[in-house]
Amino acid sequence: MAGGQERILRGRIRSVQATKKITRAMELIAASRIVKAQQRVAAAVPYSDLITEVVKDLAAAGAGKDKPFLAGRAEVKRICFVPIAADRGLCGGYNSGVLRATEGEIKADTGGAVEHVVVPVGRKAEGYFRFRGYNLGQGFAGFTDNPPYSVAKEIGEYVVDMFVKGQVDKVVLIYTRFISAGSQEVVIRPLVPLDRGVVEGGDGKNAAGADYEYEPDPDLILDTLLPRYVEARVYAALLNAAASEHAFRQRAMKSATDNAEELIKNLSRIMNRARQDSITTEIMEIVGGAEALAGDDDSTPRRVEYVMADANQTGGRV
Amino acid sequence: MADASGHLRVEVVSPEKVLFSGDARQVITRTLGGGEIAFLPGHAPFLGAVSENHTRVYLTDGTVQDIAVHLGFVEVGPDHVSILSDAAELAQDINVARAEEAKRRAEEQLRTEHSAEGEAALRRAHARLSATGGLGASH
Repeated sequence: MAGGQERILRGRIRSVQATKKITRAMELIAASRIVKAQQRVAAAVPYSDLITEVVKDLAAAGAGKDKPFLAGRAEVKRICFVPIAADRGLCGGYNSGVLRATEGEIKADTGGAVEHVVVPVGRKAEGYFRFRGYNLGQGFAGFTDNPPYSVAKEIGEYVVDMFVKGQVDKVVLIYTRFISAGSQEVVIRPLVPLDRGVVEGGDGKNAAGADYEYEPDPDLILDTLLPRYVEARVYAALLNAAASEHAFRQRAMKSATDNAEELIKNLSRIMNRARQDSITTEIMEIVGGAEALAGDDDSTPRRVEYVMADANQTGGRV
Repeated sequence: MADASGHLRVEVVSPEKVLFSGDARQVITRTLGGGEIAFLPGHAPFLGAVSENHTRVYLTDGTVQDIAVHLGFVEVGPDHVSILSDAAELAQDINVARAEEAKRRAEEQLRTEHSAEGEAALRRAHARLSATGGLGASH
């Protein structure tokens, strides 16, 4: 049935077209959000730069030298991993990149006697690690495409609390760093204790080379400052991740749109051929019919002739 | 050291954005447990934790920028003052009615039970109202 096939193809093309409209819309939305997310990343830079500077100066002034927060713990028994993935899929390899890096890191680090606890950020991360039976801490989700500072604060407080109570001896962030709209990379960054490279380099003096006055004393300032610093780091990671998520989604949706276009083109071709076929068949039928009818024109005598011929033939044989 | 006749480059920075930046002759804020402190150009390097307070920035053009700062840090050099705060609000952005409401609620709560949260809320409300001139000149 040529006509039936044509109808089926027409239906498929329509459905692919509808899907294409959706993916195109998602692509455009993601593209517009990249810009906004990028601006937020940039807007967060002054604060994190300043707070890093202050932490450096305080550390160099000798504050908190013996604090585990800065010095780390001698024995690392338990590591907390904080992978930042997305709440939704449809963003190409974005989630799997982060999740695979996290899993690799857990296996590498916890090969020996070291335990792990995963604090998943984003619904996809939570589902992934829960399904695979990893030791989970609290999960955070529902904001990854546009993370507010309050969430960074919550996450920061949660991991700092675990560290201070001695439940974990190290906290590691895994997220996708946003370099540009065309390139992002998964990075693994130690969060607590603070990275040596972060703390060092300060001289306890300001640009003019004078010592700071402190109020209250340096240790107390550092105590209140370090949690803020961790929050700022988490916030920066969340913003980077959000920008990367949009970039990945835009790319994934662009290729989905392109694929849909390709599919529509192929299907239309098949459909046109099917239609051509059915038209050809129809014409053939008409021609055949017309010929048959043409044979019928003032036909009575001829048919009689045929019949007579038939009769003659058969008759002749009998 | 920069000369004392210069001006201060003032920046109020929250994690989400640079809230305010401008040139000033004087900045008054309040440190944690230390009381109010004023910075003039040429101030010695200073690092402090600030409490919920009404920070006043005396701009070079003669106007005063009132800011409600809710906890944070202040870093001072001879020619600059940087205030880092999770939550800070410029006076013109504060909703007075809401601050009044928050103050009333906090006071209500503190009447029945004493909580650190309630006190912090009250201090924030005070800082806001003070910054908008709602509490008179005094803090």
